[in-house]
Amino acid sequence: METIKSVADLKKIRTSIQEANQKQIAENDNKKLIEINVAMATCGIASGAKAIMDFFIEELPKRNIIAKVKQTGCMGYCYAEPTLEITIQNEKPVVFGYVDLKKADEIIEKFIKKGELVDGIIPINYDLAT
Amino acid sequence: MSNRYRKNLLVCNGSSCQQASDFDLVAFINFKLKEYHLEDEIKAVHSVCSNRCSNGPNIIVYPDNVEYSKVTKADIDDIIIEHLLNDRIVERLVFNTENGIGVAPKKQYRIALRNCGFIDPEEIKDYIEKDGYDALAKCLTEFTPQEVTQEIIKSGLRGRGGGGFPTGVKWDITSKSVADQKYVVCNADEGDPGAFMDRSVLEGDPHSVIEAMAICGYCIGANKGIVYIRAEYPLAIKRLKIALHQAREYGLLGKNIFGTGFEFTIDIKYGAGAFVCGEETALIHSMEGLRGEPTLKPPFPSVSGYLKKPTNVNNVETFANIPAIINKGADWFASIGTEKSKGTKVFALAGKINNVGLIEVPMGTTLREVIYDIGGGIVDGKKFKAVQTGGPSGGCLTEKHLDLPIDFDSLTAAGSMMGSGGMIIMDEDDCMVSMARFYLEFIVEESCGKCAPCRIGNKRLHEMLTKLCDGKGTLQDLDLLRNLSVVVKDTSLCGLGQTSPNPIISTMTNFYDEYYAHVAEHRCPSGQCKSFMRYYISEENCIGCLVCARKCPVGAISGEKKQVHVINQELCTKCGICMEKCKFHAVYLN
Repeated sequence: METIKSVADLKKIRTSIQEANQKQIAENDNKKLIEINVAMATCGIASGAKAIMDFFIEELPKRNIIAKVKQTGCMGYCYAEPTLEITIQNEKPVVFGYVDLKKADEIIEKFIKKGELVDGIIPINYDLAT
Repeated sequence: MSNRYRKNLLVCNGSSCQQASDFDLVAFINFKLKEYHLEDEIKAVHSVCSNRCSNGPNIIVYPDNVEYSKVTKADIDDIIIEHLLNDRIVERLVFNTENGIGVAPKKQYRIALRNCGFIDPEEIKDYIEKDGYDALAKCLTEFTPQEVTQEIIKSGLRGRGGGGFPTGVKWDITSKSVADQKYVVCNADEGDPGAFMDRSVLEGDPHSVIEAMAICGYCIGANKGIVYIRAEYPLAIKRLKIALHQAREYGLLGKNIFGTGFEFTIDIKYGAGAFVCGEETALIHSMEGLRGEPTLKPPFPSVSGYLKKPTNVNNVETFANIPAIINKGADWFASIGTEKSKGTKVFALAGKINNVGLIEVPMGTTLREVIYDIGGGIVDGKKFKAVQTGGPSGGCLTEKHLDLPIDFDSLTAAGSMMGSGGMIIMDEDDCMVSMARFYLEFIVEESCGKCAPCRIGNKRLHEMLTKLCDGKGTLQDLDLLRNLSVVVKDTSLCGLGQTSPNPIISTMTNFYDEYYAHVAEHRCPSGQCKSFMRYYISEENCIGCLVCARKCPVGAISGEKKQVHVINQELCTKCGICMEKCKFHAVYLN
């Protein structure tokens, strides 16, 4: 178990996380890294986000797509739950709203495989303090 | 992934953009793209509202992020030839050219929500990757507690729970109290109906709150923190527990943090969901295992709080801002917002608005921008009537306030308050008297009963409002209502009673005509109060089929077969079943 005993330790952990990401890209034949964030706050889960997340976790390996699927908190689009955000490496993140299983399938086949957007995109409407 | 689409056009599918265009823009663009043989490279799709409703129809070119407004059929060729084939932006259609290359300026700016929706809240490494715990490290190793406190004072951050007290000043007072033990308390007892900001922060980014509490502990000289969270938030509690466990395992909580000798631990206390426990003295009593009743201040918690020790109580959202302020500097934070209210505020939009959701805007954003640009306008294109800010303690703001820049002081001056950030939007169909009654009903339920003005006064106010809604009010009641509201406000012990008549006072100020109509004209202008409704059967349309008479649950309809039926108004409960069941549209409302 890593523990953080100094500021240097914190920096070390951050570097190792970044290195692990790089390694994952290398292992994936230098294909673009695909990150899928599923909004899983109480409201998201209540409208079915868990089933959507499970669908991606199960289906992506079957279709030979390597992606990082993770749960996140609220994205703020309560009116369009379940929502998810997909970032293909070096491209702008895209947010999809009103995702059901049919839409999830469409997202894999059209957007992830071909870069073709599907109906129901939520244009990002904020700037971030980073 | 060889033949990926080069570009996509996002065509706003919001209701106002649809109305602004009399043809299917998506189908038309895709047809045009085919003409130019671009159908395999570029595609147009519908998007959810892009929040620029007054400039529709809007099209965003992805991934270039260029936004075209007021696009007509004739513009499509230009967009295709210039932008899609030659990469030249069609300047005349660009939404805003002052702000870079047609990137429309965003209305929202996320500080407190900077990680919500981006990191896995159950994974500390995600938070560390996003500069997590840097602020704590910086405070502990580079600054004295006084320096950090000064930085927070300089940033101008004010309490986000509703009171708006300067956070740094509060820390400073607590740090100057002398005691063998002090406490940092995080107030996560979010009780306003329709508010969910704190829950979202704790569910999406619990580590930022933990980090900020530790920073606060360092500043005021406390080594114990407590999160007071309502038990109705099971997922927030679960994620907070996981986050606390991980922080302890990594040594970011506990003894000797970052090797500096600083010690800090955090515990969780559950609230049973009483609205009054959001008041800090009541909250502290509840944590001590006593009844959740407020006590008079002073002594302030910063002098004598939890277990009679100096205690610093801050709201979740206030804490969530702290790491960003330390990392980016007080000057950066102070550059956002208005003169006296710095930074941003998270709001939960609810009610009759298209884009119900969680938003974060810089202080000074107007209500119009929040409701029409970010919120996407009123459901079904109806007319905006009022917005209730600050929950049951706040007041309503009306059309004339739409261009008011939102900050702590402007809202108070307009007769409402910032509150914790719930915004409930009402349209022309909502009755303001019955809205006030709803909030008073909530207050009567939630009043702790300790002081007479709040316990008895609010009950009487609620009774009077019910009388008005039932059509039994008199003009004298209106005077009584106003007078008693002022008395309750002036004489109650704590913030709950001191603010509970606000919905009445503000609706009486802004919508006196509605109150007047209820008592003097015996009608409810928005048609919501049932007692004013009368169902009648039209002699022309009724064929005497007996269906309504059979379906009426209280037997209020009488009539013989093939003869016109009559509704007994004394018995009628206004359920509307007769109107629903009549196939001949013979039942009508007055």
